Amino acid sequence: MKPAQFEYHAPTDVGEAVRLLSALGENARLLAGGQSLMPMLNLRLARPEAIVDINRIAALAYHRLEDETLVIGALCRQRDIERDQEVLARCAAIADAVPLIGHIGIRNRGTVVGSLAHADPAAEWPVLAVLLDATLEVESAAGRRSIAAKDFFKGLFATDLRAGELVVEARFPLPPEGAGSAFIEVARRHGDFALGAAAAVVELAADGSVAAARLALGGFDSVPVRATPDPAVVATEVHPVDDVHAPAAYRSKLAETLARRALELAEQRARKADR
Amino acid sequence: MTWVGQRVARKEDLPLVTGTGTYVPDFNLPGTLEVAFVRSPFAHARITSIDTAEALAAEGVVAIFTGPDIRDKVHALVLDQEAAPPGLETAEPEIHPATIEILADGEVRHVGQAVVAVVADSRYHAEDAVDLVRIEYKELPAALDPEQARLPGAPIVFDNVPNNVQARYRIRVGDAAAALDAAEHRLAMTIRSQRIMAAPMETRGVLASTVGEETTVWSSTQIPWAVRNSIAGAIGVPQRQIRVQIAHMGGGFGQKVNVYPEEVLITYISRVLKCPVRWVEDRVENMIASGHARDQLHHVEAAFDAEGHITAVRDRFVLDSGVACPYPLSSAYNVASHFRSMYRIPNFAIDAECVLTHKMFNLPYRGAGRPEAAFVMDRVINAVAQELSLDPADVIRRNLIPDEEQPYRMRMPYRDGHEVVYDASGFPAAFDRLLELIGYEEHRRTQAQLRAQGVHRGIGLGTYVEGTGVGPFESGQLQVDSQGHVVIYSGCAPHGQGLDTTMSQVVADAFGITPADVVFRAGDTALLPYGVGTFASRSVVTAGAAIIESSNRLLTRIKAIAGEMLEMAPEDLEVGGGRVSVHGVPSRGVSFKEVYRAASPGPGARLPEGMDAGAAESFYWVPPTVTWGFGVVGAVVDVDPETGVVDVKKLVMLHDCGRVINPLIVEGQIEGGLVQGIGATLYEHVVYDESGQPRATTFLDYLLPTSAEVPEIVQEHLEGTPSDRNPLGVKGVGESGPISPPAAIANAIIDALSPLKIQLNELPLSPATVAAAIERAGG
Ligand SMILES: Cc1cc2nc3c(=O)[nH]c(=O)nc-3n(C[C@H](O)[C@H](O)[C@H](O)COP(=O)(O)OP(=O)(O)OC[C@H]3O[C@@H](n4cnc5c(N)ncnc54)[C@H](O)[C@@H]3O)c2cc1C
Repeated sequence: MKPAQFEYHAPTDVGEAVRLLSALGENARLLAGGQSLMPMLNLRLARPEAIVDINRIAALAYHRLEDETLVIGALCRQRDIERDQEVLARCAAIADAVPLIGHIGIRNRGTVVGSLAHADPAAEWPVLAVLLDATLEVESAAGRRSIAAKDFFKGLFATDLRAGELVVEARFPLPPEGAGSAFIEVARRHGDFALGAAAAVVELAADGSVAAARLALGGFDSVPVRATPDPAVVATEVHPVDDVHAPAAYRSKLAETLARRALELAEQRARKADR
Repeated sequence: MTWVGQRVARKEDLPLVTGTGTYVPDFNLPGTLEVAFVRSPFAHARITSIDTAEALAAEGVVAIFTGPDIRDKVHALVLDQEAAPPGLETAEPEIHPATIEILADGEVRHVGQAVVAVVADSRYHAEDAVDLVRIEYKELPAALDPEQARLPGAPIVFDNVPNNVQARYRIRVGDAAAALDAAEHRLAMTIRSQRIMAAPMETRGVLASTVGEETTVWSSTQIPWAVRNSIAGAIGVPQRQIRVQIAHMGGGFGQKVNVYPEEVLITYISRVLKCPVRWVEDRVENMIASGHARDQLHHVEAAFDAEGHITAVRDRFVLDSGVACPYPLSSAYNVASHFRSMYRIPNFAIDAECVLTHKMFNLPYRGAGRPEAAFVMDRVINAVAQELSLDPADVIRRNLIPDEEQPYRMRMPYRDGHEVVYDASGFPAAFDRLLELIGYEEHRRTQAQLRAQGVHRGIGLGTYVEGTGVGPFESGQLQVDSQGHVVIYSGCAPHGQGLDTTMSQVVADAFGITPADVVFRAGDTALLPYGVGTFASRSVVTAGAAIIESSNRLLTRIKAIAGEMLEMAPEDLEVGGGRVSVHGVPSRGVSFKEVYRAASPGPGARLPEGMDAGAAESFYWVPPTVTWGFGVVGAVVDVDPETGVVDVKKLVMLHDCGRVINPLIVEGQIEGGLVQGIGATLYEHVVYDESGQPRATTFLDYLLPTSAEVPEIVQEHLEGTPSDRNPLGVKGVGESGPISPPAAIANAIIDALSPLKIQLNELPLSPATVAAAIERAGG
């Protein structure tokens, strides 16, 4: 369980990183927190010829609130978000989700953007990105572009990213004032990737009726899915598969249960003005 | 002060817990070469060609070995360590030895089997070269389902094992068939304990260093003497040229109780290349190429009356051995001898077969047959209660062996050939205390109300008995050294149990010193001519007995020598504080150092007439038979009936392990064992797919319980029945923890959902499994 040989680069600014990526092309892999990439290297499931380690690019280690948007730089660790009470108070779904990701040691190293780029369909951040209509800001030698979360996830561990591209930040518009949100999941053990996850945002009208609702699901398809916010139909909108942890039939039923629970909890929170 | 019974902090914790110990990978012998293996990607295939040219030319590669290269030089292991002893004839055992190949030669028989060994200057280079070895295979049909594999026409794993049935036995007590025919009520169930693995924190590892003709082998093993004997036999060298030692170890749990091909091959390579050679197993290798366990499918029937008294149990089961079942008595016969647990069941029939398949071999893992038996028996008891709409606790109580009938005779032999006779009592009292501790009555009062509030809480119960301290023997030697320490040499092979501390407490009391004054050495074939090892809840019983007996001999000896020195009769002397002195006159005495000098051969010796030189004594202790521990376990769980998610809130365990030498260590053993039981119940599963590919090959998919899965644990030690089958009065405790959680937790889930009357007969109880059971019950 030793990685195959690779070249190692550790640029200190984005420009240098992008130049390296452009020069190295298809054969390079970015290294952020390493919580997904290092195991793949050790198992020789990934065999890049070169690693471009972005951990020394201090300028990417940030997150901030810009009005109603949470902006997360590529080196922001998942734990940084977990410890920011202001962010957690602005979005209960994020507050629910982050502690469910692995364990503290993993969140201390693992980055939010790395999780998005890794695109595990059962991971929490991709579900949040799809729920909250996040956008990813991407740089390459060719310049900068934005990708909407709904266009970013292309399949199992596959994204819209092209060789040479670096995600510099992800922008998460937070639920508006008066809305409620929630994230719930079922995992085999604490910290495991979810068997299934559901996240919802519910906004209320002045008369107390539900004005708008959003629902996102993870673990039920090859990508995180933005689904119709109606538990009765979600099972028809996902394509779960069998794995060693649960058969597809179980997941179909779970999608319905979790969708209902997430929507209910988000609505309850909206009524308590708990975003 | 006496040390036995005290919560003495473990001597071994600093090295083991801080990682400062010396494990096999930590040895730094100059010029050590590292080995990586090419392993079979197929369950069953013919090897049509092997091309190592490119690999051999790769950077850092020193040598490559294939099956044909070592043919006639290194022999396969043929393990017959568990041949049936006298006394077992009534079980009609038929046991074929287990064959374990060193490197595949012509045919591969399971995914993960070693095919080619690459030796290089580093593990990195060895793994790079592994990728360059070209092997062509022709896939063959594989035997994967043990029920099918035993039928004519199935693919055969080894030609010398007809119908793939490597071992079989049968037990008949009373007349189960007649009792079933005559029964008022009966039920039939199919119950499966899934394939799991021990997954010790430290994987296996071997380092062999050859100087001249002698090879020292450091191996992470539970049985150094057997490893030495097997290596010497397999490579055909005199036994004295091989010394096997353990280093610090990070667990074994039975996975390291076998001799492995790598131990033989690494030794051979070191002798060929005349340098240190090491192989350290990685986690993926551990998951596919170190012993698996359990994997039993039971078809059980029970006869009972309207009050739930069980009159007969009849069971037939197959054990999926994979390519070998090296311990058919431990893995399979233990099921029979522990099946009826604490219950009085007059009629019993069981038929067992260990069936070979094209999977990794099956070893006894902590509990060894007992968890499987307990799961069947306590699911049966629970199903009887469900069938009769009785409280499961009442049905258990009605079937418990009453104290008046102890020592209870089970009317069948143990695997050592002696009749199973419990040397314990107090089953009903222990059970009542369990109900009290777990709040059973309160639970029954509040359960419906909680359920109305959406909390589906259940309590489940389980019982077990455990024959502990199995032979054939264990060795011990005690010595006073030149510095006046008392040194223990033991044939056990500790790998985390705290045996250094426990044995030091025993010896400290015997010699009136502190545990810190005792030096403990174990697991080295150069120390003692004979030894066995640490497994099967045996070391404190067997090694402890050997040590206390050699202590007594040594005490007699040093008193005699001191008597000579002091010109006193030995009866007038006492031993304490590192001295032998005259009763009541501590100033008139000699120190252990002085005794050592007086015992040394030569002109300075002061030995009584006729006594040999030496301040040492040894003893080989042979147990009369096993000594029986028992226990009761209760689980409290909450179940989410929509998702099937189970939350274990609490485990309560009361157990009898005879005299407790160190409560801290016993509690640690119980706690760790219970947690492994949770893993086996809810999470762990070695999954093979329909082509024989293992599907859980990392910890991402093989789910061990972590600290976050550990519930509140309550335990009490019952010391009511110290053993009279060994001099310390102890019973083994190492394996007791994992025996009952599967039954207790399954029964608790069933209780949480009692109106649905669900059945949970297949482990692990994943959310999907529980949800499916609920759906089957119409919930
Ligand atoms: C035991 C364990 C349990 C875990 N459990 C969970 C869980 O429950 N839920 C969960 O969501 N995750 C879990 N993870 C994964 C963890 O969250 C990872 O940290 C995360 O998936 C990847 O982030 P990283 O910074 O470690 O990325 P890396 O491992 O460094 O990289 C992952 C991938 O993203 C690419 N990448 C990284 N940064 C960028 C960038 N800026 N631009 C473009 N590509 C980039 C890399 O090239 C690589 O392909 C677990 C991990 C472990 C080890």
